[in-house]
Amino acid sequence: MVPEDRPHVAEPTDAPEPGSRRQKSAAPASCEGTDGEAALVARLRAGHEAAFEEIVDSWSPMLLRLARTFVSTDASAQEIVQETWLAVVKGLDRFEGRSALRTWVFRIVTNLGKTRGVREARAVPWSSLAPADSGPTVDPSRFRGPDDPWAHNWTPAGAPQRWEPTPEDALLAGEIRAEVAKALEALPDQQRVVVSLRDVHGLSADEVCSALDISSTNQRVLLHRGRAHLRLVLEDYYRGREMKAR
Amino acid sequence: MSEQPGGRGADLTLTCTELVELVTDYLEGSVDDATRVAVEAHLALCPGCAAYIEQMHETLRVVGRVPVESLSDAARDELMNAFRTFHTPAT
Repeated sequence: MVPEDRPHVAEPTDAPEPGSRRQKSAAPASCEGTDGEAALVARLRAGHEAAFEEIVDSWSPMLLRLARTFVSTDASAQEIVQETWLAVVKGLDRFEGRSALRTWVFRIVTNLGKTRGVREARAVPWSSLAPADSGPTVDPSRFRGPDDPWAHNWTPAGAPQRWEPTPEDALLAGEIRAEVAKALEALPDQQRVVVSLRDVHGLSADEVCSALDISSTNQRVLLHRGRAHLRLVLEDYYRGREMKAR
Repeated sequence: MSEQPGGRGADLTLTCTELVELVTDYLEGSVDDATRVAVEAHLALCPGCAAYIEQMHETLRVVGRVPVESLSDAARDELMNAFRTFHTPAT
């Protein structure tokens, strides 16, 4: 239990931090706009269980993903998110609405996660992380060489082919989703969390930068490398199917 | 260009090698106008890159549907109880 009068590491406050990035627009799950947001906060404060249930259910998966960047086990991440929601329950009346509710909740996860990560000796220095490698995301051998009249354009064999049937085809969808889920888990840590938060959980670029404390350039590079790899995994999957069909 | 090599012709200021590395910036809307125009001109003429970007869209649709983890039922129940304790409706 956190005493009301003693600032805790996750002391919920939404006062603007100097130099912090303001959220431009929220991603799908919180697209209610300012009025919707104010109404949500009012419902929560008035004790509407359904409102709390709704945010717990829709935000917990992304909070778990964020929490998992600070600790080494899923169980620890679960505990961080659990503690976060308890801090939200207790701190709701102190939430001033100066940041989006979700941003505030992220900040609590980050604070709790950092403390816990230090304890578990797994603090990831996000801000100091340069993108791991900066080589091309597509195999250079798929492009024409520098001496070719059409240098640096796809070779006939290297050019991507349309995927038939599409990944959404009922026959393939399940298998493809499993392949991509596996590949996502196998991405390097930083790429995995950025791609997950952006593309699985629908956070905006700004939300991800602020939650992970990374620059927008770094965010884009990690997103780019992660997405490029997942596309490649799917491409390999389709090539494998073609080979089998021959 | 996959089938009809167009190279760095009059219409194309970007190579395919460059384009594939600009895809994310382009989709994020974080390229300047000149680059956006160049990317779009390239995509209109290059089946390989058009397929590449279409595959990226398809990949993202799949990524958006991978299963996600959530809180355990026990944890969720505990939270709902905590909420009830702290925020009893005024009625």
